[in-house]
Amino acid sequence: MMDELEALLRGGVAEPDSLPELGPAAAEAGLLDVAYTVEDSPVGRLLLAVTRRGLVRIAYLGGGQRADQVLEDLADHISPRVLAAPARLDEARRELEEFFAGRRQRFGLALDWRLVRPGFGRRVLQATSRIPFGSVSSYKLVAGEAGSPRAYRAAGTALSGNPIPIVVPCHRVLHSDGGLGGYTGGLDRKTALLCLEGVLL
Amino acid sequence: MNLPPFQDLLDRHGREVHRFLVATIGGVEADDAYQETWLAALRAYPRLRDAGNLKGWLFTIAHRKALDHFRQRSRSAVAAGELADVAVEDVHRDEGEVWALVRRLPHKQRAAVALRYVMDADYALISATMGTSEEAARRNVFEGLKRLRTEYR
Repeated sequence: MMDELEALLRGGVAEPDSLPELGPAAAEAGLLDVAYTVEDSPVGRLLLAVTRRGLVRIAYLGGGQRADQVLEDLADHISPRVLAAPARLDEARRELEEFFAGRRQRFGLALDWRLVRPGFGRRVLQATSRIPFGSVSSYKLVAGEAGSPRAYRAAGTALSGNPIPIVVPCHRVLHSDGGLGGYTGGLDRKTALLCLEGVLL
Repeated sequence: MNLPPFQDLLDRHGREVHRFLVATIGGVEADDAYQETWLAALRAYPRLRDAGNLKGWLFTIAHRKALDHFRQRSRSAVAAGELADVAVEDVHRDEGEVWALVRRLPHKQRAAVALRYVMDADYALISATMGTSEEAARRNVFEGLKRLRTEYR
């Protein structure tokens, strides 16, 4: 049986409009291993994540990829100390905005490569990160730069698993016959990025 | 073992942890205790062996932080030469006043009442959070209510 007192107690306590933000205090205490935010961009919603070493992940959301899956993956592979902390992504967000507005051709962001196993695949992505804005390369060429010109299929696999698309510009890698090849975010996005860079009209 | 991203816990339990702290130590100190609770949880999180009862684990931490604040406050009150405020004023019958009375209960009763009514916790969760038997959890809620009834009229 519930009396008046219990009814009042069940009514609970006043709720604040917003809760204190944990990100800054966690970062200051050295407890923020992965900071992330979700942003809209001309190529759709992006999840951006940084570690203390640098930008570690850009994920295209939608089209089968949900934010919670990306975050679980980061928790499993880096650290479960994953927090939404938009302020930690200010620099990445600013550089991306400039890139999409056509005001930036090179990214100055530090990168954390730890989601890519060291070896051929990582060398492919690092070779890809050196392809300049507005130019393209081929699977065969980046495979060659990574040390195995004939391993162009393996190069394609490494590129399809690129954890930091846009900034590591795997969209600039095409088939040597001029075909677009594949893209981690779908071909529409690859086309859009190549248009932005003036490669495609 | 794979732990969920910490943000999951924060999204799921942030509001109820805050409510629990407001209920037990009041709105002025709740924000600090909230930060302390979550930082302590974040610090210990990667070493957690069992992801089965994250809510119970969080409330145990929140409960400890509330106790810290309560003790600190009693110490500073004694240091300032104040007497514990035990007088019951002419209390109006509204929510805020009820919780002001709850906050004057002995800590175990206060925490148990807050867990029961703000968190809707069952006695198993209350006893796990406070490190007591279920029997003691029941008694703490019961004694707390009894005392509130005599003071709240």
